[in-house]
Amino acid sequence: MQAPVVYSFHGGIHPPENKTQSLQLPLGRPTLPSELVLPLGQHIGQPSRPLVEIGSKVLKGQPVAINNGFLSSFLHAPTSGTVTGIELRPIAHPSGLDDLCLIIEPDGHDTWIEHSGLKEWQSISKTDVLAYLSEMGIVGMGGAGFPTQVKLQGAHKHPLSHFIINAAECEPYITADDMLIRERSLELILGIEILQHLVDAEHVIIGIEDNKPTAIAELKKVIGERNSTIQVAVVPTKYPSGGEKQLIKLLTNKEVPSGRHPADIGVLCQNVGTCTAVYDAIYHGKPLISRYTTLTGDALEAPQNVEVLLGTPVSHLLEYAGKINNKLARLVMGGPMMGFTLDSHLVPVVKTTNCILAASNSELPQPAPEQSCIRCGMCEQACPASLLPQQLLWFSKSQEHEKAEHYNLFDCIECGACSYVCPSSIPLVQYYRHTKAEIRESKEAAVKSDIAKQRFEARKARQEAEAAEKEAKRLARQKATPAKSNEAKTAPKKPAPAVSDSNDSKKAKVDLAIAKSKLKKLEKTLLEAQEKEHTEDINTIQLQVNAVKKDITDLEAKVVSAPTPKETTKTVMSDDAKKAKIDVALIGTKLKKAQKQLQEDPDNSELKDKVSNFEQELKAAQSKLESLVQDKVSPPVEKKALSDEAKKAKVDVALISTKLKKVEKQLADDPNNTELKGKIDTFKNDLNAAKERLSQLSPPEPSTSQEKVEKPVSAADQEAQKKLKIDTAIAKAAAKKADKALKKAIDINADNIENLTKQVADANARVKELEAAVGKGQTSSSTDKESTDSSEIKPTQKVVTDEEKKRKIDLAIAKAAVNKAKKGIVALKEQGKSEEEIAALGLPEKLNAAEQKLADLESGDSQKTPSNEHLETPPKKVSSEPDKETLKQHKVAAALAKAQVNKLTRRLELEPDNAEQIKQELEQAKQKQQEADSKLEALTNTQENR
Amino acid sequence: MLTILLAVGILVALSLVFGAVLGYANVRFKVDGDPIVDQIDAILPQTQCGQCGHPGCRPYADAISNGEAINKCPPGGQATVQALADLLDVEALPLDGDAEESPVKRVAVIREDECIGCTKCIQACPVDAILGAAKQMHTVIADECTGCDLCIEPCPVDCIDLVDVGINTKTWSWEKPNGVATHSANIIATDRSLEAQA
Repeated sequence: MQAPVVYSFHGGIHPPENKTQSLQLPLGRPTLPSELVLPLGQHIGQPSRPLVEIGSKVLKGQPVAINNGFLSSFLHAPTSGTVTGIELRPIAHPSGLDDLCLIIEPDGHDTWIEHSGLKEWQSISKTDVLAYLSEMGIVGMGGAGFPTQVKLQGAHKHPLSHFIINAAECEPYITADDMLIRERSLELILGIEILQHLVDAEHVIIGIEDNKPTAIAELKKVIGERNSTIQVAVVPTKYPSGGEKQLIKLLTNKEVPSGRHPADIGVLCQNVGTCTAVYDAIYHGKPLISRYTTLTGDALEAPQNVEVLLGTPVSHLLEYAGKINNKLARLVMGGPMMGFTLDSHLVPVVKTTNCILAASNSELPQPAPEQSCIRCGMCEQACPASLLPQQLLWFSKSQEHEKAEHYNLFDCIECGACSYVCPSSIPLVQYYRHTKAEIRESKEAAVKSDIAKQRFEARKARQEAEAAEKEAKRLARQKATPAKSNEAKTAPKKPAPAVSDSNDSKKAKVDLAIAKSKLKKLEKTLLEAQEKEHTEDINTIQLQVNAVKKDITDLEAKVVSAPTPKETTKTVMSDDAKKAKIDVALIGTKLKKAQKQLQEDPDNSELKDKVSNFEQELKAAQSKLESLVQDKVSPPVEKKALSDEAKKAKVDVALISTKLKKVEKQLADDPNNTELKGKIDTFKNDLNAAKERLSQLSPPEPSTSQEKVEKPVSAADQEAQKKLKIDTAIAKAAAKKADKALKKAIDINADNIENLTKQVADANARVKELEAAVGKGQTSSSTDKESTDSSEIKPTQKVVTDEEKKRKIDLAIAKAAVNKAKKGIVALKEQGKSEEEIAALGLPEKLNAAEQKLADLESGDSQKTPSNEHLETPPKKVSSEPDKETLKQHKVAAALAKAQVNKLTRRLELEPDNAEQIKQELEQAKQKQQEADSKLEALTNTQENR
Repeated sequence: MLTILLAVGILVALSLVFGAVLGYANVRFKVDGDPIVDQIDAILPQTQCGQCGHPGCRPYADAISNGEAINKCPPGGQATVQALADLLDVEALPLDGDAEESPVKRVAVIREDECIGCTKCIQACPVDAILGAAKQMHTVIADECTGCDLCIEPCPVDCIDLVDVGINTKTWSWEKPNGVATHSANIIATDRSLEAQA
């Protein structure tokens, strides 16, 4: 086998080797120390995460920490024992700072965990083998502790021409690798074979310096025996030929480009220590828990190489090798060129510790004081990385970071050759290290400030967007307000449902009002068209009018039926009743249509039949509804159910009166229809019956409500008030409808007037009762401590808005009535009937009455609205702005205190274990709440007094 | 005579041509905004602390480009002043006020059991580095905190501290060598003995 060609690299020095001292004695095996300290960050990258707890028993080789990310590694217990701590301890680092360490107290048995190795490594996938190596905690043992599997993975990306085993060990004093090769040459070769299998390189070369003849001979012997293709390249002794890049240059004549990795040029380097560790892991399943380390220096009686468990404190090793106290001047971990001084003797041996140098003063004297550079250029001659150390020094001293980088400061391997040759004893490497750190820091700061800037700008953009959105909303609101005021009077009601509860009936009512106003407009145009005799227009408009009218009737039915489902969800009956009512309404509508058709075509017998059919159906439906309602009246005894019944009765009254009204209208259109007259009578009877029922039901209700009102619980209080208010509103609607019916009846048929008047009076009385109840509820709640003022003011406003809305709806209805009457007159006129006939029908009176009512309502509207506001929301009007603010704050405080109390009560129920503590907290919270409440009360009182 | 006229003519023609080229370049390659502001902004530490009297780093960069003093950035320290001086080719002034030369890196830390969840610090934080909601405990995302101390003031219960980040083995760096001794150290033994005699 031909020896491989050896090239050379630029620079390099020849410091005294001092390697013989530690090779005089055979490999030593120190005793177990009293404790092992395993730093969690023994490798490059993130520190490992502990897998064990304090007090856990661990066996030798058991994983005690798991890798934490990509560039991280596993840690294993070097011996069996107990984990006694995970704490800060001084670690092997030039800073001398403490870091997190696992402390293991050995039990002395050295019991291995079950381990078998990976016998089938040749047959299974390479990724699995790499993962296994990662689990065995194998890292590069030559220098930085780069996780081996990561390095091997990186090598996979490029086809490898050379796989280099670094056995150069160029640094003075260190002989650990030399000893390793001598002791374990076979294991080393087997390890290399595993790695060669994994990386599959063209050439496998062991690079070794010519100052290790015994090791070279041993290697050649084993390789010869195994007939291996591994080559041994003997390189001349020169520092730093053991540097990765320098060794690559020596063996392949290739230079690793600046900022790149050896893998990029198809070369992979591994230390001999790593190779044997791989062998141990694959063949025996032994993780990386021990290593060969040189103990040397003048201050030791017995310098030697030892196989030492990771985590062994340096002090223990010094004792083992016979430390001479008065000679020990400097304790260095690593070699004299690239090692660092240890501040503490308690620092443990880690995966990358290849040497402990206990030097005497004469061996490693204090560096001479720095003097000015004399520009001799010797540093440039010595630099193995072909840099310009002198230039770099200038830039470092003057903090010209950019220029230093431009001169490839980061290619400096910090070997110390320049400092070694410098006649002015300038600590060049220290300058470079400092500058490198500064550049790194400023880069990190730049990244951080970039992120901060991004976040700041994102925040600013967000705030601006929020502001813009608000502004847009404000503008939209501004635009909407004048537009609405221009619309018909019904329009301002639009936002109202949003403010009050979004109740179906309210919505329906609003829709109804809108539809009616639409109808009004259409009718107006129709009238105009009729006046101008545009026949085509008349037809289309008539169609539209009809459509809108249908909508209105639907909506009316909805309005009337809407409260029912909401109030009576509990009773099963209510559904049936609802259905029946809807049936009634539907049939009524159909009937109306048929009648209308009949009116247009009086001779059509089919239509007549239809009408009579519908009438029968209507009656049947009504009777069914009645029976249902009566069924409901009898069984329920509970107060709530009673009020529900009362509500239903009211709804019925309203419904029947609507029906009545409609039929009456039809009658007005077709005065000779006897059937209609009969229907009106039946309707009136129904109405009376319903009213009676209502009056029977209503008396107990105020008292029940009052009972509820007087209860101290604010929630129930509010609930009752709300119900009362709804009742009031419904009663009012009923009263108004009755009123309207009355007016109509006056117009048409005098017989029922008395009856209806009574009904109206009844309804009005009911309204008053309910209003009184509401008022009482409010006064009682205002004296109640629990019910805060917010709850008082808001419902009041709601009632006010509700009333206003109703009034407006009424107004719209009245207007529509006026229009209808007018239209009726016009229609009659068109039919060619004389003024006398029209007068006989009473239409003009009807018109007058309707107009009167409209006027009344309008005046009432204008009067009531301000007076209502004045009466019912005085605190809001009187209180000044800042007072409101403080009031609000106090309310919030009171609410918070209340929330706290509630939370604690809940917790008390959930956690009986902490009952004592929670009770105490509860007491405090309650006290706080009382304070807040009393403050709030005082404030409200002062405001009310004003 | 002709030569002179020819020379003048050529020069005039050349000046016209170059003038046109320059005019075109001015329109075609017009740079929007002030590029120097971006460069200044890149030097500023982006803590957005407002200690310079401007609402953020960029406004201060704008102000500097308009002639404001470059020594008003305490979080940047003297290094920032120096960098600004180099960039703008002006004299590096000492830091304004009693700010430290090289400011220590700090982050805000909320004493969480004292936090009442008022969200005031969240609103004050210029880089959204405080996490929390109303009535919920807040906490500082240490990695995003710039140590600007704007959250300290608004806290109604004073539960925010600025804590030095400190150095660990990952952030530690080699210190700068002392450099050439200004007074004669023990370079030559005889010098020392002479000094001792004197």
